[in-house]
Amino acid sequence: MQDLWTAYKMRLKRRRLLFRALRKRRQLTPITDHTNRISGDAILAFSTVRNEIIRLPHFLDHYRKLGVQHFLMVDNNSDDGTAEYLAAQPDVSLWHTDHSYKMSRFGVDWLAWLQIKYGHGHWCLTVDADEILVYPHHDTRPLAQLTQWLDQAGKQSFGTMMLDMYPKGPLDAQPYSAGQNPFETLRWFDADNYHSQMQEGLQNLWIQGGVRERVFFGDRPERAPTLNKTPLVKWNKRYAYVSSTHSLLPRHLNQVFDTDGAGKTTGVLLHSKFLHVVVDKSVEEKQRQEHFANSSLYDAYYDSLAQSPDLWDETSCEYTDWRQLQTLGLMSGGGWR
Amino acid sequence: MSGSVGIVMMVHNALDRATQVARHWAESGCPVVIHVDSQVGRDAYKEFVGGLSDLPDLKFCKRHRCEWGTWSLVQASQTGSELMLETYPDVRHVYLASGSCLPLRPVQELVDYLAERPRTDFIESATTDDVPWAIGGLDAERFTLRFPFSWKRHRQLFDGYVRLQRRVRYKRKIPMGVVPHLGSQWWCLTRRTLSSILEDQQRETFDNYFKRVWIPDESYYQTLVRLFSTSIESRSLTLSKFDYQGKPHTFYDDHLQLLRRSDCFVARKIWPHADRLYQAFLTDEDGAMKKAEPNPGKIDRIFAKAVERRIRGRAGLYMQSRYPVEDRENGATPAPYSVFQGFSYLFEDFVPWLSKSTGSTVHGHLFAPKRAEFVGGVRIYSGCVPDSAPMRDANPKAFLTNLIWNTRGEQQCFQFSPRDLQDLNWFIAKDPNASITVITGAWVVPLFHSNLSFIEIRKEAARLQKIESDHLNILRSPWAKARVRIMTMAEFIEAPMEPLQTIIDTIGPRNNLRTLSEAPKMVDLTGFGKFLQNLKNQGMHPHLMGDFPSGDDIAQTIAKPRRPYLVRK
Repeated sequence: MQDLWTAYKMRLKRRRLLFRALRKRRQLTPITDHTNRISGDAILAFSTVRNEIIRLPHFLDHYRKLGVQHFLMVDNNSDDGTAEYLAAQPDVSLWHTDHSYKMSRFGVDWLAWLQIKYGHGHWCLTVDADEILVYPHHDTRPLAQLTQWLDQAGKQSFGTMMLDMYPKGPLDAQPYSAGQNPFETLRWFDADNYHSQMQEGLQNLWIQGGVRERVFFGDRPERAPTLNKTPLVKWNKRYAYVSSTHSLLPRHLNQVFDTDGAGKTTGVLLHSKFLHVVVDKSVEEKQRQEHFANSSLYDAYYDSLAQSPDLWDETSCEYTDWRQLQTLGLMSGGGWR
Repeated sequence: MSGSVGIVMMVHNALDRATQVARHWAESGCPVVIHVDSQVGRDAYKEFVGGLSDLPDLKFCKRHRCEWGTWSLVQASQTGSELMLETYPDVRHVYLASGSCLPLRPVQELVDYLAERPRTDFIESATTDDVPWAIGGLDAERFTLRFPFSWKRHRQLFDGYVRLQRRVRYKRKIPMGVVPHLGSQWWCLTRRTLSSILEDQQRETFDNYFKRVWIPDESYYQTLVRLFSTSIESRSLTLSKFDYQGKPHTFYDDHLQLLRRSDCFVARKIWPHADRLYQAFLTDEDGAMKKAEPNPGKIDRIFAKAVERRIRGRAGLYMQSRYPVEDRENGATPAPYSVFQGFSYLFEDFVPWLSKSTGSTVHGHLFAPKRAEFVGGVRIYSGCVPDSAPMRDANPKAFLTNLIWNTRGEQQCFQFSPRDLQDLNWFIAKDPNASITVITGAWVVPLFHSNLSFIEIRKEAARLQKIESDHLNILRSPWAKARVRIMTMAEFIEAPMEPLQTIIDTIGPRNNLRTLSEAPKMVDLTGFGKFLQNLKNQGMHPHLMGDFPSGDDIAQTIAKPRRPYLVRK
């Protein structure tokens, strides 16, 4: 009975989110529209970006190699050439907006509209410019193989965990140039200080931990960033992301984990946040207050980032490949052999 | 003269790959008959036929609409086989393959292999009692129930109708002489056997029966072959693997080495875009495998391991892919570990002593209120686990399981006391990997040595005694699965060497039973009996320590006879 009531509330919530997306579509102005090139079985990528010119070449390159056919992107008022760069890409359709990122639920409302319009029936990948997806065998098996397997196994969503990658030494000591693999310098990560709990309402696994909790939130771990993400979904126009890509509605899409057994197939989003640009950017983000629901609580976090701290520790783990992540238990091949 | 092995090929999709494989078979001298699913569009079909029109010994048979699990698949193979037997009189063996099958070895080797066994039928065929792999609990019932509803499209109707038939105990009659057998649908039969099946007088009866059997392509030939064949080798020449859900496993580029090692003639199913596999096995003669008896055993072992891991999971691992419900974990923690309670209060150098005598990693109080006291006092331990108490206390179970997962291969030991976080007492007590040794009441020693006022000591002692008492109740409960040893402080002091030796024997290195050469140094307990008596006089009854004489001299107690080690209140 209780569950029926929750299910009903969730349904209302989902409809409210979809309605929001419908309203926010007016905030989007199309810049380039190549959506007529999308084929029936294409895998699509959705992303909201702001001043990401330095990350985009590698980002596009990585996902093109994995077989993403088309990118649908929203430019949130960049002034570093991001818009011009994206507008020149043949496989990118671009929209512009100068409205608030926070008010659009961190870009989710805008993307939700594009997903309703273009994503229906496609496998859709929703990632930020600093999130690079890896999964078991990603070097030899393009996304289409993964999605075919998911289809066959009757799964509509694919879970990942965000893995914060960092350099050795102060954050701004090793400059990164566009196009380079960001994980040449951001070679390190926290191997196993993650913790998770079930969230009753949405039935998703809430994962926290990692380097950001260790360094910035050691005294108030409840504020540490959420690391679970479900970026790859066989989209239906009735679906909606709830908060960033951490959770979705309807709730069954959040069940990307097993409560017994070996675990489902999962991936990792390598997070390239800690490139040298983060130091300057944190000063700006602290002023904009656009990134967290209670932004002022995160002032200390931005302040420490602006000091260019060294996140590295002797116990840090150096990244080699997906096999390593699988062995460490950060992701799993599940039944996909 | 055309070849002696004919290939009947069932094609549903990925026509370009089917073209490539059909061409490979035909050019290697095998006549090919292709059945194309009639769901394939007209244009695509025309293009497919056109692409193969230059091959003389390649025919297309009448098309049927194929649906998984239905009679249509058998019908298609019958039509194809009939055309094959009719058109190519030299064919001695007919091999049923699909468009997503890939020959792994040179076709000539298959031809030679079959020529050496001219009367053998290769078909997996086992009675329903012998197959462990039937999915959905339907094995014998496949032959005795009716299945008018599609399993793929109308699952609820399918299941409901099965339940109904079970309830009313409905059973179909199996035709005389037919003993149901099951097996892989990919077979290789001799002309004699195949034509016997297809030309049998009773074929209509059999066909009518099998039309209503569920998944008849796994049972039609497998059953009938038992009536006609003189020599059955019950295995499929086609390597195919199934996952734990019974879905066929798809082979990708990265399975190249695995497939090479299998020594099988044909494998399915292959991912249509696995360019490297097609390249390696179809075009590259040198890349093909050496002559060897097919050995699917090797590959079986690898897959069995995968399936087992898929079902049971990595013990003690909590991660984004698996979040085991408590008590259904397949191991709450990944490896054995030891908890010591009271020792560090009684011995000045217990931690270094234990680490030296056992070679294991010995932490201080991991659950201490201020911080996690990792070995060597480090702030961040293996796997980047920080010593922050708030982080640990936010999810102590994750803290402990992470620590043990990170240090697999090393025995972890840590100190525990009623002063520490007690949240995990049940979790550890229920964990068979844990071994817990408690000297009850030893927590009072720091109070004995402290400068606190006696009122404060009394209050603190009462608090700690209550906590330890609750913990002991957990350790003694019938649900406790850990190895637990509890002794009172008095008992321990009476004969400390025996328990210390036991500790070293259980967690020290194997095959290297050491005798205790050096005992840790015990703290000064002069006046302890009096101290306890004082507590008693103040109205606080310190019962967990055991019986100490109220006099000054602890050594007195050592002369006393030994009591049973487990003393209950």
